[in-house]
Amino acid sequence: MNIGILVNEGPFTHQASDSAYMFAKAAIAKGHQVPRVFFYYDGVNNGNKLSEPQSDDRDLVKLWGKLADDHGVDLVVCVAAGLRRGIKDDILADGFRISGLGQLIEAGMGCDRLVTFGD
Amino acid sequence: MAEFEFETEGVVKKFMFLNRKAPYGTIYALEVLETVLISAAFDQEVCLAFVDDGVYQIMKGCDTAETSGMKNFSKTYRALEGYDIEQLFVEKESMEARGLSEDNFIVDVQVIPASEMATLIAGQDVVISG
Repeated sequence: MNIGILVNEGPFTHQASDSAYMFAKAAIAKGHQVPRVFFYYDGVNNGNKLSEPQSDDRDLVKLWGKLADDHGVDLVVCVAAGLRRGIKDDILADGFRISGLGQLIEAGMGCDRLVTFGD
Repeated sequence: MAEFEFETEGVVKKFMFLNRKAPYGTIYALEVLETVLISAAFDQEVCLAFVDDGVYQIMKGCDTAETSGMKNFSKTYRALEGYDIEQLFVEKESMEARGLSEDNFIVDVQVIPASEMATLIAGQDVVISG
């Protein structure tokens, strides 16, 4: 099954990003495809390479990047939501790209499921 | 990363934007609305539902000038018709619990009970909530 994911909250403040990451990993491990994760609202902060969590904590920005690297997951940060929050190309973490909301609608159209993580 | 190529040619799905939060105080309602407007360009079957505090999103008389200073986007709901987005549903229980009636809304809506709302949601292909 093709599963698109929408992440609506930033890392660390909220569990949504952790849950989405673990869901994506589990889905891929079960043989499903996760072609795209779309980051919206404060979710755009998942793509901030300046994020530097304490060394004994998980590093979500890097974990997402590794997921993209290992499994070809397309990590898309919303341009409009990103601009509001200062997430631009020069601070974008490896594995992410910035694009428009059309990419979210396209994921809804092209995936068998679109799963949202957030409040 | 390379952009993933979805097969979307000729695909028409039922999209619901499920609005559950008050319009001002958080950014959710505004950013959902931005997604709604973009979705109109993809020729999908789009509807909006307003439940819980989401019913306040279409309430008449919202004024942000002297409160948060947040951009007042209430009039955007009136523009949805121009994007061929005309299916707007309000959950009756949420509306009544907040002392509202259809007269309080800035757009024409269909008021349906929670049981019908559940059926409506279940019948969608994609539900994007905020």
